[in-house]
Order: sequence, then structure tokens, then C-alpha cells
Amino acid sequence: MAAPLVLVVLVAVTVRAVLYRSTLAAFISERVEVASPLNAWKRVVEGLALLDLGVSPYSGAIFHETPLIIYLFHFVIEYAELVFMFKKQKLLIELDKYAPDVAELIRTPMEMHYIPLKVALFYLLNPYTVMSCVAKSTCAINNTVIAFFILATIKGSAFLSAVFLALATYQSLYPLTLFAPALLYLLQRQFIPIKLKSKSFWLYTMQYAALYLCSLVVIICLSFFLLNSWDFIPSVYGFILSVPDLTPNIGLFWYFFAEMFEHFSLFFVCVFQINVFFYTIPLAIKLKEHPVFFMFVQIAIISIFKSYPTVGDIALYMAFLPVWNHLYRFLRNIFILSCVLIVCSLLFPVLWHLWIYAGSANSNFYYAITLTFNIGQILLISDYFYAFLRREYYLTHGLHLTRQDGTEAMLVLK
Amino acid sequence: MGLLSDPQCRRALSRLVLRLNTPLCALSYVAGLGWFLALAFQPLAPRTYMSENAMGSTMVEEQFLFGERALSYAREFAGHKKKAGGMPVAWLEKTMWNLGLEVHKQPFSRTLPFPDETRERYMVKGTNVYGILRAPRAASTESLVLSVPCSEGPHNNQAVGLMLALASYFRGQIYWAKDIIFLVNEHDLLGMEAWLEAYHDVNITGVRSAGALGRAGAIQAAVSLELSSDVVTSFDVAVEGLNGQLPNLDLLNLFHAFCQKNGLLCTIQGKLQRSDWDSLPAYAHSLQTLLLMVLAQASGRPRGDHGLFLRYRIEAITLRGINSFRQYKYDMTTVGKTLEGMFRKLNNLLERLHQSYFFYLLPSLSRFVSIGIYMPAFGFLILVLVPHALDLWMKLSKCDAGSAERLWDGGEPVAGEEPRPGLLALVPPLLICHAAGLALYFLPVLGQRVATQHFPVSESEAVVLTLIAIYVAGMALPHNTHRWCWRGGGSDRGWMTLKLLALLYLAVQLGCLALLNFSLGFLLAATMVPAAAAVQPTGPKVLLAALLVLATPAATLLLGIFLQRELVEAPAAAAEGWQLFLAALAEGLLQHHLYGSFLFPFLALGAYPCWLLLWNVLFWK
Repeated sequence: MAAPLVLVVLVAVTVRAVLYRSTLAAFISERVEVASPLNAWKRVVEGLALLDLGVSPYSGAIFHETPLIIYLFHFVIEYAELVFMFKKQKLLIELDKYAPDVAELIRTPMEMHYIPLKVALFYLLNPYTVMSCVAKSTCAINNTVIAFFILATIKGSAFLSAVFLALATYQSLYPLTLFAPALLYLLQRQFIPIKLKSKSFWLYTMQYAALYLCSLVVIICLSFFLLNSWDFIPSVYGFILSVPDLTPNIGLFWYFFAEMFEHFSLFFVCVFQINVFFYTIPLAIKLKEHPVFFMFVQIAIISIFKSYPTVGDIALYMAFLPVWNHLYRFLRNIFILSCVLIVCSLLFPVLWHLWIYAGSANSNFYYAITLTFNIGQILLISDYFYAFLRREYYLTHGLHLTRQDGTEAMLVLK
Repeated sequence: MGLLSDPQCRRALSRLVLRLNTPLCALSYVAGLGWFLALAFQPLAPRTYMSENAMGSTMVEEQFLFGERALSYAREFAGHKKKAGGMPVAWLEKTMWNLGLEVHKQPFSRTLPFPDETRERYMVKGTNVYGILRAPRAASTESLVLSVPCSEGPHNNQAVGLMLALASYFRGQIYWAKDIIFLVNEHDLLGMEAWLEAYHDVNITGVRSAGALGRAGAIQAAVSLELSSDVVTSFDVAVEGLNGQLPNLDLLNLFHAFCQKNGLLCTIQGKLQRSDWDSLPAYAHSLQTLLLMVLAQASGRPRGDHGLFLRYRIEAITLRGINSFRQYKYDMTTVGKTLEGMFRKLNNLLERLHQSYFFYLLPSLSRFVSIGIYMPAFGFLILVLVPHALDLWMKLSKCDAGSAERLWDGGEPVAGEEPRPGLLALVPPLLICHAAGLALYFLPVLGQRVATQHFPVSESEAVVLTLIAIYVAGMALPHNTHRWCWRGGGSDRGWMTLKLLALLYLAVQLGCLALLNFSLGFLLAATMVPAAAAVQPTGPKVLLAALLVLATPAATLLLGIFLQRELVEAPAAAAEGWQLFLAALAEGLLQHHLYGSFLFPFLALGAYPCWLLLWNVLFWK
């Protein structure tokens, strides 16, 4: 177990080191698929330069990172490269630890044994992760924080879980929705029944929410005292929510809002943002027995519908896929969907070239691929979701269903 | 989604795919080829029309009357060229200066990666001279380019003469709103690349040059002129640029419109347009033109000096004056009028040319096929791979399900090991195929010195022969690698997985390629797809091997050369064809190293390894 893991880490580090040194690094860090306005390394450097000059980094329209990040990098700027590599390994170790815990549903211990390795493999050698790491996108830090949060939750530590959730929320706002699955999981661990009338349920919920809110307030106040201004709130969260930067990316926002009349855009921004948060409620009701799966679906939804998605976000939820490999035989369209995702990922740079450099195609070409890519992701997630439900059904009703007349029946989703 | 999630439907669908696989594939392939052949048919190719408003309706009255002056400039230029033994830089500078242009020169030098034998050059030194006519009515923010190559021998003297005469005439007019750059570039494309890089202040190909001193704003359009006789019978227009990029169709329409206005004959791919459309010979004629264009575009070679402009988002075409045995000749005045008209209309542009099509094929100069109409032909070809891949996937997953079933019943965990090595066994073939591709890409140029020391060949021959040697050696190399690392590898699973992978790899490559360069993608798909679909380790091995060898990119190139010679009605004999093939290989390498054409790296690093994977599948057992 340890030896292949070390091997994987070595390979992953080598790949990254080679790419850092190659001329590809500059090319990758300019790609819109990898670096969004929120997490581009170029912008972090810009913010640092402003800070060094004694100007508020938020005074321009360039920098949208949170204050803590800028101070963090202020100290480690010399070792930036090392930090990014370190981040990756941290994450690997975390994923490695929690994976066996969530894999409780798996049939043979043999398979379970391999899951951490597979998760590590999926995350570390995923081209998406490699690219966002080489581009020094700060997305890696967000992913690390979320991984820590998941680990803390799975280990059952309510305090750490709340702190890391607050950190993740502070970083990119959307992880707010992960509050629900974390709470459900912790409740499950405490053997507290999820009933609206029970007192212990409410008590625990209040406890967890208070922990979460307190740590959030502490972090935000800390940021305020570091910079002595509230500039960062509109510049970070306002920027995430109102989507003023319409640089093309792999998300759904840019084309839509670039095309729209100005006076409708407020309404549609609200619709689009509510869309991200809305799925939490039905999912919480349907998956209240399975908070870990809920967490996975929620992370995937965030990375699909968020305002400035990058491939680094996608890599995070893709790292979870091996955890659900017991669902593999219930998946319907995995082959077609993975082909769609691969083809789309390769067409992104091609169509970008045709649009921006050759000038022969236009934005519609690129947006078409963005749409296909996102539809592919949505279908993939719903495929997993459906497979999960089917498996649950089979677990309770037996694998070989018979109809009333004795023939073999078949499950149909309608 | 209903179709995909409803199990009954899916089962029916998968049964259909399994049962009708071969006929469906054959049908799709034939449909693809048929669609392509139908493109030359009139109803599918609408007439071209001018989309750009600024160039469409405005009237221009040409007043250029200085054909004689053009010829006298040409004679003077020829004299000085002969005396200087190359480009008469000082004379050109003086003449342009006297015309009232702002004159600049740009020396450049470039060492080729290996000697170019067809053009006999290795260490190239040259000078570009250009004069800028500053527009009286604008602030030098936009410009147009008229470029003329200064070629060896007596070629293109008349073009320089006409350019100078036009410059002197343009200087006297007051309506210019865009600067006009008159450029004489030495060493054709090399000089053009050096000039363009210096003008845009980039260095992507390693040309050493002094940098361009005078600028005239963003270039909106460029016309490259080649003219080697005092009178012309017709004009041939070349559109295909580097990597098969095409200029906006409006520029071509503009040229066509002025040719019609001045009664000039104009051809494309050297083919005159026929007046009738509904007869069979007329169809064959336009199909010939179309095929010539597809071959030219697929080669990725710029067909004139304009080809390098396109990379900088500058719409450009090359006009070639032809003097054939036709009775009716046109003098310099008519030619000059045509160019004057074009430049005056381009002068009217309010924004970049963007209204019309960028993706088109031309069965004749007045008809075009747009991307929406020609893409289905390619789509049908690629569709052949999809049912095959699905079929393989279903067989593989059935295998999986079977073993899982057994695992369940028997409960022996050892059986779970059985399908595992399937994926690991694919790693060595993949690595070796790509290593062969890398060797093909790097070794010929790197190893030329070693090769010339040990064998009695010149550098350029060494490069080409190494290329061929590695290409052929690659075929011998990898086809039983999987046996070294995985004993008992004769199972069906192995080759099925490898074939599935190769098919998907091929489909993705061709799909991306067809967007960048439709013709290349289509030609490769037409040759590689049937072989890729048919290949398997069982069955008539010799036949399949022959088919696969015929489908390799090198064979496609050879066939393409013969086809091209056939279409221009100068069929090549076998020996000549082989010589042309060798020249084309050297040319392809040079195009990549000098101008950054992507054909060679694509073939070496993408298509060739993919083809080797298929070769692997054939010899799996």
C-alpha cells in the first residue's frame, strides 16, 4: 500500500517539476480554463506588489483574493513553487486518510484497500489538477481547505470541521452549502435522529452553526484588522456574486451575461446564483441518510454552477469518483459521458485558438463547447446519483426483482 | 435522455448497434464520401456575394493610366537587379524616396535547420525594403499592404514596376484613409516572415533581423502580387495560407468583382470557371477544382507570400499574373486599374473584414461551400468509429459483468485479479508508440551530422532518409511489446481494449484537426478510418496489413502527390512521384522549422503513434 503511494507521489511531483521548468508553464497559466479572475497567480502577484507599495490591493479591479491569502503569500512568496507542490501532497495525504472511512458500503475489503490509492491517483495524476498546479492557481488552496474540512467531518470533530468550513466559505463563498451535509454526517455519528421535533437535533444544530458562524466572524475580523478596511468584502464576495468580469471560462455565466441587456442582468444574476444554492434543499431531503454522497454531489454542483469555475474545481470532485466505484455497475452512460468530457477538454484550446488567434471562429463556437462540457458534467453527476438510488433500492429489495407475474422486472426512472 | 435512461430502449439500441455494426459503418463511410463528392454539385454550392457593407455598394471609378510607366520601372529594376546580383536595395530606396514614400529597410538573416535543396539555400541573408504612404486623412492607425517578392532571375520584375507605378499614382490622391505599405521582400516567405515578425514585434521562429523601424498601424488587409510578363492573359488567385488557414471570403469576392468589372479572366487553382453548370463535364471540372483546393489546404503550405499574413489576423491573398497562349492579352493599365479599385474599396473599410465566411471550400471562383455544408461529410466518416467503439465497449463490459458474476457465485477473490492486468498491458505499447513518434520528430534534424559522417549523403538527403528509416523501423518495433511484460497476453480483452483506445484517440485527433484544417482532417479520415475500423488480430492478416499500410499517413501523402499531378493534368511517373515525395518530406520539415506549420508535429506526435497502436492491434497474437 505504502510503496505504490510513494511511487504515485514521486511521479506526480516529477511531472509537476518538469512542467514548471518547461515553457509550457507560461502557456498553461494563461489559459482561461485553468486560471479564473479569482485565482490567477498573476493577479496574486499584482496584489502583493500593491501591498508592498502600501496601497490597498483592492483599490484596483485586478485582485480578488481574500486578505488572509495575500498575507500568507507575503511570507512565502520566495518559495511559491514549493508551497504549491506541498499543497498537493497535503491534499493527497488527507484524501488518503478519509477514504477508508467513507468506503464503508463497499463489499470486499480487498477493493476497499485500494481506494485511497485510487483517490490519490485520480487527484494527483489528473491532468486538470496538474494544469491548475502548474498555473499556480490558488484553487489548489481552496481544494486543500475543503479536503481538510471533509477529513475533519469524517473523523467526527465538529470543531475542526466548522473551522475549516468557515475557512472554505471565507475563501470562495460557495462551500457554504456544504454546511448541510456536514451537519447531517455529524448528527449521524452522534446517533441523533433527524426529526424536526426532537430537542437534541436542534441543540446539536445550533451548536454546530454557532461554531461555524463564530469562526467565520473571527476570520473576517482578522482580515479587517490586517488591512484596516472593509474593502475586501465587495472586492471578493461582491465580485463572486455579481459577476462583473465576463472573461470567457468553462462556466455558464460569461456568454449569457455578455449577451444580455444591462437592465435584466440583476434579475438573472440572482437566478443563476440561487441555482447554485438551491439544490441543497432537495438533496438534503433525499440524501439525509447518506451525507457523504450528498457532500460529493454538492461539491460537484458548486464546481459546475459557480461563477468562475476552473478545471481545478472539477478535479476536486473527480477525485471522489473512485470512492463510488461500487456504483460502477449501475452506471448507464459512463462511457459516452467520459468521451464527451475528454473531447470537450481537448476542443477548448482548439476553439480558443480559432476564435482568439486565427480570428476565423467566434465566441459561439467556444460557448457551444462550454455548454456541452457542462451538460456532460451534469449528466455524469445525475448518472451517479441515479446509480446510487438504484443501488439503495436493490439493497433493500434484493437484486433479482420479479414482477407479479414472475418475469424479471426492471427499474425505470420516470 | 429518455432514450439513454430507459433500459428497454437501451437494450434495443445496443442490440441494433451490435447486429448492424458492419453495414451501418459501411453505409456511414459511403455517405461521407458521397456527401463530399456532392459538394461540387451546384445546389450545394451557392453563389458568392459581398457581405461587407463598406465594400459592397460604393462605386469606385479607377483612373490609373500609367501602364507604360510601370513597364519602364520594371526594366530599370531588372537592370539594377542584374547589376547588384540580388535585391537592388539602394536603388529601391532612392526610387521610393523620390516617389514621396517614407522608406525603411530591414536586413534579416536565418540559418535553416538543414540545406533546402529545391531552392538551394542554407544560410540566408536578405533585406526587405518598404515604403509607407501616409494617409492624408487619418492618423496612421490602420494600413493596407501591397507586397511583391523579389525573386531570383527575371521573375517578378513587372510586379515591382507595377507596384512603383501604383505608389506614384496613389501618392497623388487625397482620399486615402489608411496608410499603404509597399513592401518588396527578399527570399519570398523567409523575408515575409522576418518582416511580419519585426512589424508585430514578436519572435517566434528565430529569425535574426534588425527590427522594423517604421510602422503604419494595424494592417487590415494585404495583397501579394506576382507578375513576370509585360502582358497577362489571366490572373490566378491563391487563398490557402499556412496550416490551411483561409482569408475572409469577402476579399476574394472583391477581387472577383473587379476582375469582372474590368473583363479580366481569373482562375482559381489554375482552373477557369465554366459557364454551364448542369452538364457532367462541368461537374467533373468543379470537382477537380475542389479536390485541388482540398489537397492544397491539406498540405498546410502557404501557396503564396500572403499565407503568413493570416496568422496575424490579416486577411490576404496572392494574385499571380499568367501569360498563356490565349489570344486576348491585358496590359499593365488594366491590371493596375484592378488593383487600384481593390485598394480603394479596402480603404473604405470601417472595421476588420469579418462579415463573410472564414471556413469555405471553392468549387469555382464564384461558388463556395460553407462549413455547415461540408462538415457533415467529415461527420459521417468519424461516425464510423463510434458504433465500433460502442461495440467494443459493450463486449468488454459484458466480459466484466461475466467475471463479476462468477466472483459472486464462487466467492473466490483470486478470480478478481484476472481482468486487472488488462489496463497495465496497454502501457508499454502506448509508451513505445509515442516514443517512436518522438524519435520521428526529433532525430532526423538532430542526427543529420552523424548521418553525413557515416554515409555518403548530403545533409538534406540524410534528414529525409532518417525520417523514412525511423518511420519504417517503427512498424517493426512495437507489435509484440505486451508479451514481454504480461505473459498469457493472447486474450481478446487485451486487443479489444487497445483497439478501443486507438479508435477513440483517432477520433479525437481527427475531430480537433478537422476544425483547424478541414481538408487535412478529411483526407486522413478518409484513409485511416476504414482501416482503423477493420483492423483485428484475427481474420485475413495479410489483407488487413496491406490495408493498414495503405492507410498510413506517409502513403496518404504519396497518393496525394499522384492525385495532385493527375488533377493538374501532368501525371507523374513512379520515379518522379518518388522524387516529389522525398521533396515534400523535406519541405514539410522545413515548413515546420521555419514558419511553425503544425503538419509535421501533428503527424509525428499524433497520427503516427495512433497508427502504430492500430498496427499493434493487428499483431497482438
